[in-house]
Amino acid sequence: METIIEKSLEEVFEEKIANDIRIEPKDWMPEQYRKTLVRQISQHAHSEIVGMLPEGNWITRAPSLKRKAILLSKVQDEAGHGLYLYSAAETLGTTRDQMIADLHSGKAKYSSIFNYPTLSWADIGAIGWLVDGAAIMNQVPLIRTSYGPYARAMVRVCKEESFHQRQGFEIMMTLCNGAPAQKQMAQEAFNRWWWPTLMMFGPKDSESPNTEQSMRWKIKRFTNDELRQRFVDMMVPQAEFLGLTVPDKDLKWNETKNGYDFGDVDWEEFWNVVKGNGPCNKDRLSARVKAHEEGAWVREAALAHAQKRAQREAQA
Amino acid sequence: MDLHHTPTPAGQEYLPEKRALLLDYTLQLADTSLILGHRLSEWCGHGPILEQDLAMANIALDLIGETRSLYQYAAELEGQSRTEDDLAYLREAVHYKNPLLVEQPNGDFAHTILRQFLFDGYHFLLLQQLQNSPDQRLAAIAAKSFKEASYHLKWSSEWVIRLGDGTEESKARLLKAMDHLWMFSGELFLMTETEQQLAQAGIIPDSASLLPQWEAHVAKVFAEATLEVPQNVFMQKGGKIGRHSEHLGYILTELQYLQRAYPGLEW
Ligand SMILES: [Fe+2]
Ligand SMILES: [Fe+2]
Ligand SMILES: [Fe+2]
Repeated sequence: METIIEKSLEEVFEEKIANDIRIEPKDWMPEQYRKTLVRQISQHAHSEIVGMLPEGNWITRAPSLKRKAILLSKVQDEAGHGLYLYSAAETLGTTRDQMIADLHSGKAKYSSIFNYPTLSWADIGAIGWLVDGAAIMNQVPLIRTSYGPYARAMVRVCKEESFHQRQGFEIMMTLCNGAPAQKQMAQEAFNRWWWPTLMMFGPKDSESPNTEQSMRWKIKRFTNDELRQRFVDMMVPQAEFLGLTVPDKDLKWNETKNGYDFGDVDWEEFWNVVKGNGPCNKDRLSARVKAHEEGAWVREAALAHAQKRAQREAQA
Repeated sequence: MDLHHTPTPAGQEYLPEKRALLLDYTLQLADTSLILGHRLSEWCGHGPILEQDLAMANIALDLIGETRSLYQYAAELEGQSRTEDDLAYLREAVHYKNPLLVEQPNGDFAHTILRQFLFDGYHFLLLQQLQNSPDQRLAAIAAKSFKEASYHLKWSSEWVIRLGDGTEESKARLLKAMDHLWMFSGELFLMTETEQQLAQAGIIPDSASLLPQWEAHVAKVFAEATLEVPQNVFMQKGGKIGRHSEHLGYILTELQYLQRAYPGLEW
């Protein structure tokens, strides 16, 4: 009896997927679909939050009041993205507390890109231009992802990400048109961020076990390698426009594929950063844990006060 | 021609002496919102609750926005082709005119909240009056910032109540913050010579006269927070005339680093 109902529910689900009808929180969905989404959305939320740290590192040292305001508002946007995404994940039956606990225990991941340090002001430009650029490339297709709340969160997020990328490009442009020391700062930042950014698209398709199922469920719309290729094709002309040299000796235009051939990512580095051995993994996680632990008494106080207030109102 | 470096002269309606006073006062306001905005921005990414991380960044942004308008006006009053950034990034600590309160370290969230609350009450009352200044520019800046300051005051007042009437620990922390910070509240209402002269000329509000309203708001919020208003505390002063705590030098070292390391560049 039960299996028959299950099967028809699954049929309904599959039909929706096939017809590009959004799956909503109250709809039946396969457990594995739910799990995949929780993993992906919470990982995305964590990336927004952890991503505040490398850029936040330059807010107090931004070189002008205008830059300071722009950077602060960008980092604040990332906090907002984290909020929408935690809310989207909560519709799948997990709590923000649980997700944060998983981040802090190391069970949940976040984008490895944020495990690299921001060493100069140009890194802020490079992150906006490259990292937010790669995020856009990854996220624009998610506007059409099959799960409704995730897709809707992505609409808001993507709008702001394009402002982030523009401000990053503008910082790079100012530096590249500036004094030799500034141009050098820009090139050095580019050298440091180029390869880690290419890693943001994830492992090679041949080594990405989740891709196939996610594509079938239309959670993902393009493979990692497809997105990486598009990104390179988009960024190389921009680097040329800035007068920056792409730090890849194998980079060359391939007429037949109408795209660039480029060198292989250092996958050993990639997997090591994923495993926790990147230059800042420990710092990033401990900064998050510290903020959370030191904030515990604040959250308790807010809760205690709300309870007292509710009690008083009930008595009145 | 670089328009950026040729501000239109402002304050031409004033005699030079009055313009100098107005410049001094505008810098005092600008330095104040810059330093507090800077302090708040140090929290970004490290707040106790994501929503409050956002709120603090928001307030910092408002303050930095106010700062920019004020420095732009100051630069015009000065009429020496300096920019908002020259004023923020190339002045020494001893020439900064912010009151001591705003340069105090963030400490824990209770410190940050109390510092903000003490300041917000003053800021709110000051801007409310300053909106009516016969000086059009100050009045316009005040009108814009007044709306923001009303929200800041609401936010910090609510948090004082939550922490005061929350748990034992939150109350103890707030009391500790009080012990550090209350002594800096008096300077907000202590008028410098510049302020006295401008107030006499009817250009700015008499900030000493704002004190009773400020005290009334503090008393009301503290009552709800089950806190007592500290009595007979010896008040610190000096920030407004350049006699700062040791903290300011470090704030400026960080804030001014790039402009000092690479003089004269555009960013
Ligand atoms: Fe984001
Ligand atoms: Fe993102
Ligand atoms: Fe972003």
